[in-house]
Amino acid sequence: MTGTELSIAITGAGGAGVISVGELLLQAWAKEGGRGLLRKAFGPQIRGGESAALLKLTETERYTAARQYDVLLAFDWNNFTRFGDEIRIARDALVICEPACDPPPEVLAAQPRLLRFPMARLAADTHAEGRVNMFALGLLGRLLGLPLDSLEQLTLQKLKAKPEAYRHAAIACISAGTTQAPDCELSLPKMGAKGAWYMSGNQAAGLGALEAGVRFVAAYPITPASDVLEWMAGGLEKLNGNLVQAEDELAAINMTIGAAFGGVPSLTATSGPGLALMTESIGLAVASETPVTILNVMRGGPSTGIPTKSEQSDLNIALHGLHGDAPHLVLAPLDIADCVFTSGWAVNLAQGLQTAAIVLSDQFIGQSTAVISEPLRCESQVAGAQDNDNDYLRYRLTDSGVSTLAIPGDADQRFTADGLEHDEKGTPSARDDDHQLQLAKRARKLTTYNYGNAWARVQGNGQVALVCFGSASAAVNEAADLLARQGINVRTVSLRLLAPLQREQLTAALEACNTVFVVEQNHGGQLFQYLRGMMDFNQALHSYSRAGPVPLSGHAIATAVAQEVTV
Amino acid sequence: MNLIAKAKPKDYKSSVKPIWCPGCGHFSVLNALTKAFAALGIDKDDTVLVSGIGCSSRLPAYVDSYGFHGVHGRGLAIAQGLKVARPDLTVIALGGDGDGFSIGGNHFIHACRRNVNITYIAMDNEVYGMTKGQASPTTAADWDHSKLTPHGPGVRPFKPAALALASGAPWIARGYSGNPNQLARLIAEAVEHPGFSFVHVLSQCITFCPEQTDWKAVVSEREAPALTDADAAASLFLHENGFQTGVLYNAARNAWPPEQVERQSTDITEGFRL
Ligand SMILES: Cc1ncc(C[n+]2csc(CCOP(=O)(O)OP(=O)(O)O)c2C)c(N)n1
Ligand code: SF4
Ligand SMILES: [Mg+2]
Repeated sequence: MTGTELSIAITGAGGAGVISVGELLLQAWAKEGGRGLLRKAFGPQIRGGESAALLKLTETERYTAARQYDVLLAFDWNNFTRFGDEIRIARDALVICEPACDPPPEVLAAQPRLLRFPMARLAADTHAEGRVNMFALGLLGRLLGLPLDSLEQLTLQKLKAKPEAYRHAAIACISAGTTQAPDCELSLPKMGAKGAWYMSGNQAAGLGALEAGVRFVAAYPITPASDVLEWMAGGLEKLNGNLVQAEDELAAINMTIGAAFGGVPSLTATSGPGLALMTESIGLAVASETPVTILNVMRGGPSTGIPTKSEQSDLNIALHGLHGDAPHLVLAPLDIADCVFTSGWAVNLAQGLQTAAIVLSDQFIGQSTAVISEPLRCESQVAGAQDNDNDYLRYRLTDSGVSTLAIPGDADQRFTADGLEHDEKGTPSARDDDHQLQLAKRARKLTTYNYGNAWARVQGNGQVALVCFGSASAAVNEAADLLARQGINVRTVSLRLLAPLQREQLTAALEACNTVFVVEQNHGGQLFQYLRGMMDFNQALHSYSRAGPVPLSGHAIATAVAQEVTV
Repeated sequence: MNLIAKAKPKDYKSSVKPIWCPGCGHFSVLNALTKAFAALGIDKDDTVLVSGIGCSSRLPAYVDSYGFHGVHGRGLAIAQGLKVARPDLTVIALGGDGDGFSIGGNHFIHACRRNVNITYIAMDNEVYGMTKGQASPTTAADWDHSKLTPHGPGVRPFKPAALALASGAPWIARGYSGNPNQLARLIAEAVEHPGFSFVHVLSQCITFCPEQTDWKAVVSEREAPALTDADAAASLFLHENGFQTGVLYNAARNAWPPEQVERQSTDITEGFRL
């Protein structure tokens, strides 16, 4: 947490357009050079439930969920209260609401600056088709000092498919909101460099995959992964690739395997329930050495769990869900921008090592949108195997474990890919030696490859280490900053590559530490159990695991760590 | 497609020896397939056989083309993904009645509906051969030879051709392992059909259903040309005895996906820059 931050919550009924307000505000803010994050929170209802645009305007690009909100604009209180603890109001917050209804006690308890403003009536007075959300956009835009023409231009672009009258009403309401906004002092974060990007983690993961060469996607819709597919459908069309909406996840993963067998880099995207259905066939990709990438956007589980909210609870199934000995890759992007890098890296690794790569993103980074500097791309490619022998063996035993991958159409390298155990040629075999050798080959591919420095993001120095994976990284680094202010110096290790676990590098990264906290967003401490099972620790080892749906909080982590290390 | 001049059926066989029981109908399907390949002069390098799991699904390894032996029930999905990604290839999916109509039933109906230009050969022996003789979705309700269903499955069998028609399959044929020459002609025609083509093959399991040798007495060859009218085909498939062979239905329908048009922009990052 460096510099000033300003958090704004806009709440209302689903369909009332609060998300649009959040998006347009953040876009206009970004155009001026501002940085920020937009988190979208929804109730379980498809339409008409509660919905919230949760904005955090910052000076850096380290994006954690806001802990409390400095500004709340509530279209009504019913929908606000349904969020419960998820939206807390800061002391002295500015609360903007309609005059007719009283704020609930938990809001009043924060002793806010109350601004009762008849937004609905003013919007209706402005235009017969005027919408209160556009009035609110103008009002908030004014409070943030955003240029009216920028708000108008972004809105017209967003509404380009709407009828003329609708667009006209929107513009009139934005302008009315701007002129009628009361004067209010807000301390605003400083602007950064202009020309930033604006994207969600799901879009970023899709971009990374397409840039790494993915040209085929098959998937079955599931929250919160569907928007990856929606974005990729357009992207693939531009690149003359294909996206198939499959009949179920069993078909999706197998179509992906089929396309990959044809030599076309392929991906499927899903969430926990879909990943569970895919596991048998991910094993097929491993056994047949067919490269596929599975982007799993985690949500609350088990079963249908809390489908619209984030959690990091699919680590166990991603690591251990395949039957038999099925070594494969498991990666996790650390933030929204890193979704580009990590999904690209996963595709490159899957292609090069001819195996399955599971990428564990989650709803928090997947469905949040952020202003980011142009994201870093993954440049590293696995060198291909060269088969100089005259007689082609698809599953030749090599030192690296990687064999030459022929694809249909290649002259005279015909083979049958098989999920049955096989010999070097691919012929089914139940012999002990073939099984031992092929198992060892498939394991060797992954363990001998040099993954370089990208296995984790290691930051800071101190005797206390916080180890996490994926999206927990932002909260963990926020905790480290808070602890540093209390005189507790912390090293953070955010794992990007979970399998194969880079034990030596992790041990080295923790060498100077005497206490290790494993931080994750699930109930059972899945990463903690995994690390304990995989390595020996010389340090005192603690688990900080808290399930969703509320995002991990750097403050809560810092408090827990401080309590432990200062006794 | 590069045609191999005067290729013989045996040129399309691989060196892998089939694991099938002597007398298994699946041998005839293999012979018919290689015969069809020879007749079409198909290029082995551009051809892929895709299967699931079962005795029948072992077939790809016995043919000298590219192949994919997948998991139980999912061959059709692999085949469709492959064909959509690589429209230049000839893709043939095959498997058993358990593989295609039970565990893979959802993929079967959606493959019929989707109409990707592949051929699907279902080798139907009305039993799960590989797992030693349990009832399948096409087993007669009173077939009581399995210890798992000692009184018979007790439910009506699927009618695969009717299911295919209802699901939108544009081309439906039936063959018989006892008539490999006709089957070879059907397979050749199926491969040439520009869309999803379904070849339902009555392929006996000599080990668990020896009574299927009696099929030869009831199997007939359809003389009339294929039906093009769905109503007429529905009436045929619902009321026939299931032993009529030949091309039964052939309706023109555009395959999916349609050909791609050139795009104006290939910049996929433009939406992210404000
Ligand atoms: C997921 C899964 N479930 C069950 C099996 C066991 N199994 C293997 S083959 C088979 C049935 C094969 O029957 P069919 O498809 O009719 O082929 P046939 O052997 O009769 O040619 C079954 C149930 C399996 N391999 N995978
Ligand atoms: S069990 Fe039946 S289907 Fe399987 S190989 Fe033997 S005869 Fe053929
Ligand atoms: Mg069978």
